Amino acid sequence: MKTETQTNNGNVNMARRSFLRYAGAGVAGVGLLAAASCHKDHTVTPNGTVDVGTGDTGILNYAYALEQLEAAFYTQVVKTPYSGISTAELTNLTAIRDHEVCHREFFKAALGSSAIIGLTVDFSSIDFTSRSAVLGAAKTFEDLGVTAYDGVGYKIANVAYLGFAGAIVSVEARHAAYISDLISPGSFSPSAQVSATTGLNITNTPPTVLAAANTYLKTKVTFNSFTA
Amino acid sequence: MNLFNIINEIEKVDPDFKDKISPRRDAIKNITSFGSKVALAALPMAVSTIFNKAKAQSSPGTSRSVTEVLNFALQLEYFEAYFYNKGNGMSGFIPASSAYYFTVAGTQENDHVTFLQSVLGSSASTANASYDLTAGGTFSDVLTNFATYLAVAQVVEDTGVRAYKGQAPYLLGNQVVLSAALSIHAVEARHASALRSLRGISSWIDSTQANSNDTGIGAAVDGNYGGATPENNVVQGPVTITSLPSIESSSSTNFTVAAAAFDEPLTTSEVAALVLPFGVTVS
Repeated sequence: MKTETQTNNGNVNMARRSFLRYAGAGVAGVGLLAAASCHKDHTVTPNGTVDVGTGDTGILNYAYALEQLEAAFYTQVVKTPYSGISTAELTNLTAIRDHEVCHREFFKAALGSSAIIGLTVDFSSIDFTSRSAVLGAAKTFEDLGVTAYDGVGYKIANVAYLGFAGAIVSVEARHAAYISDLISPGSFSPSAQVSATTGLNITNTPPTVLAAANTYLKTKVTFNSFTA
Repeated sequence: MNLFNIINEIEKVDPDFKDKISPRRDAIKNITSFGSKVALAALPMAVSTIFNKAKAQSSPGTSRSVTEVLNFALQLEYFEAYFYNKGNGMSGFIPASSAYYFTVAGTQENDHVTFLQSVLGSSASTANASYDLTAGGTFSDVLTNFATYLAVAQVVEDTGVRAYKGQAPYLLGNQVVLSAALSIHAVEARHASALRSLRGISSWIDSTQANSNDTGIGAAVDGNYGGATPENNVVQGPVTITSLPSIESSSSTNFTVAAAAFDEPLTTSEVAALVLPFGVTVS
């Protein structure tokens, strides 16, 4: 089974067309796109590590990296469903795949020329034929996504970008609860993720999130400018 | 979230802060995460001191204070806790197969109340004296028909997600309070997801172009899924989501996917109007 795939299958022309399309997309886009086209502050080092950059662009690229990982994972899950998958599970995992692809393409379009490259994933540690392996990995990715957005939200300077993060993180939380409940009914809001004292979902900083995400990425991602 | 860093941040604006809390500082130093490690009850004075500092910050670019936002949240949580406590307290009302879901959700809503009260301290508003779970008769059998109770629970949670989302802009840049609000917001979404599954519908909101309300409950809850930015919105900032590449197409995304992939906020006044029939007053 092919477990190492380029997450973005859009070609250069597509990326260029997208940029041109969104470049004319009205006032709301101007700030982001102006920032995006004036400086390219993320870098790819010779050893294949990509840094997300600084400021809000860095945060959006950080989200873009995580969405690339999730989209690639569910694309594989739907392409090679685990043995014994039910119709309902396949329907819902396909919906989740489509949401994650949507998130990935959203960040790619919003970032324009400031977007990091398409990451190469490494799912060699995941047995895609096994229900428990796939759902376990899905739970890891969804829980990680929730803690990532909620853990970096306060660093966002542009209120519109905070809106994007807020709009996406609750969908990730819906996914997380659905997946968790598939693994173990009733575990939709488990104590490992939600404090038994405060009822707050845990949060994680980019270094913690990326350390976990990088175990599934051939192209390693860093957020060197991040300070708590 | 790192409390030690928060203390450092507070020291930047209040150089004496370290001295003020020094008796407890060593204990605070060892705490690295609110979500998993802080036993809030164990540190009531220190934590509420920290939050009082944090909520004293102004909300950038808005006139809504952090205290107002937190009290808005607290009033919603009082109602949610009441809602679950009522159902959970009625012997035999919730079927055994669903009971655990309601126990977990109810416990976490009560935790949110306690948490927000701790954060607000003396600024905490009190719960209303009574609530009307029928919402003025709209859900007249809410306490006698479990299907209605479950449907209302789902709507309350979906609305809670949207309500918190709508308050986030007022907390821009506030490490302590925004992070906490986002963390509660995620838990509301977990609850909504599970309750929707129990009802046999998608865990996410599958709006169509014609209708944001995917619940099957009827027009009575259209407002909970509509509003100025309805759940079937497919434009995020400069990006039209339906025009993005998808698995099926290089230039389009299915409408329901585009709508479901992003949850939408409700404004303060929209939430106020939606919860008023339940006897909840927020502003």
